[in-house]
Amino acid sequence: MNATSDIAVVVDGVHKVFGGGGADDVTALAGIDLAVAPGEFVSLIGPSGCGKSTLLRLIGDLLEPTAGTVTVFAKPAHQARLDQDYGMVFQHPGLFDWRSVAANIELPLELHDWSKADRSARSAAMLELVRLEEFGGHYPRQLSGGMQQRVSIARALSFEPRLLLMDEPFGALDEMTREHMQGELLRIWRETETTVVFVTHSIPEATFLSNRVVVLSPRPGRISSVVEVDLGDRTDDTREDPEFFRVATEVREALRAVEAGE
Amino acid sequence: MRLSRLWAAAPPLVVGVAGLVLWEGAVAGFGIQEFLLPRPSSILARLGEEWGEIRHATWETGRIAVSGLLAGILLGVLLAVFTTRFRVIHEGLTPIAVAVNATPIVALAPIFNAWFGITGSLSNQAVVVAVVFFPVFINTARGLTDVHPHEIELMRSYAASDWTILREVRIPNALPFFANALRLAAPLSVIAAIVAEYFGGPQDRIGNVITSNAGFAKYDVAWAAIAMASVIGLVLFAVALVVERVSMPWRFAGDEEITEELERERQT
Repeated sequence: MNATSDIAVVVDGVHKVFGGGGADDVTALAGIDLAVAPGEFVSLIGPSGCGKSTLLRLIGDLLEPTAGTVTVFAKPAHQARLDQDYGMVFQHPGLFDWRSVAANIELPLELHDWSKADRSARSAAMLELVRLEEFGGHYPRQLSGGMQQRVSIARALSFEPRLLLMDEPFGALDEMTREHMQGELLRIWRETETTVVFVTHSIPEATFLSNRVVVLSPRPGRISSVVEVDLGDRTDDTREDPEFFRVATEVREALRAVEAGE
Repeated sequence: MRLSRLWAAAPPLVVGVAGLVLWEGAVAGFGIQEFLLPRPSSILARLGEEWGEIRHATWETGRIAVSGLLAGILLGVLLAVFTTRFRVIHEGLTPIAVAVNATPIVALAPIFNAWFGITGSLSNQAVVVAVVFFPVFINTARGLTDVHPHEIELMRSYAASDWTILREVRIPNALPFFANALRLAAPLSVIAAIVAEYFGGPQDRIGNVITSNAGFAKYDVAWAAIAMASVIGLVLFAVALVVERVSMPWRFAGDEEITEELERERQT
């Protein structure tokens, strides 16, 4: 392996300006440099409108940077998207009402011409991964919000992408379901060894999940600090661990500092 | 499940039969002249006597309504798909279509007689097509464009083409909108056909049977023809409902909401 393929995501000097070049232009991101290692779990946190979702979409090539480059697995983000190197999960589960749960998971596989047998084998395995084995034949609207979001994660992982991009995936869930889902996500992350870039505005969530928490400043978004997290193997007890509180406090203070404009 | 659905059909059936009995009783009880309001039983008797003529008229009018309905649907759907592919046309055309849809299109019937001739079926069919086209076009176009932005982003993350997004997202998304339009357009097609027939054309159709018999004070025959017109409308409406059910099984899947609690219980 050469040096560049050791890095999953490289964001290099990225600026993003929305607008046509007039006075109303909004600079969403300015001078972003970020590298994510393979298998790493990185959270992006910051005040509303700091451009964290924009940064995620730039990595996924759903938006193009105004300046700078985004490299995913040593190729341009555009090529990585065409090669299906990443899966995406949004706050809204975005399941299609007209497809059964299994057929939703199989959608990306269908688009890439997998055979019927391979597709059903994979969707069955994915349903097992997110512990919804019995619900493959149900329609999404028959499932609760948390279950729908698990289907959405299964769909994003169905084609075994090396990178998972998540935009506040648990933002719409109640607190108990949310903690349950965080545990599930960490289990899946360990089992699949996927790289995760995770956008959130929850300090405990970022702390509990991540290897690194990247704190962004208000518009124009810049990386103001990076908090390293070393909590070992997380369990539900981790949430009551003094070290967890210490790191969460560090993240909170970093966020307060950017909001105060220091 | 099936039994409960049968039970759901019972109340309207009871009310309907009760209405007919009341009608029959009121005409007899208050001594209402039969030419003002014939009894249901006399209408049924007349329907039997004039069955040959009315059956033929029902067939002719039904043929015009159904052919116009199908052509209107085809035109509306094709144009909706076409315009959503071209944003400029879509944005220019939709407000005009909405405005035209708010005008009484059947008023064009005499004009269409001049354009398409009075001897054949074409002018009447054209009225039906015009009446059906607008609701189908407007609703389908809305369904094709009213897609959640996340769903488009998701498809783009799969590097899906516009064509794939149309097939996998926009068209299924438009189905409920289309079904609503169909439920609206199916009975409208019969109304349009009959009103168009009032303005002339061959004399062997429901609209003409109603006007000519009413003109000769044979109101019971006119009522028998109206009853058959209602039957066509109801049959087309029922077909629209069946199409809706068959094309969208997900909308009629069991309504049981499986809660997170219930599912947690399952895991422990």
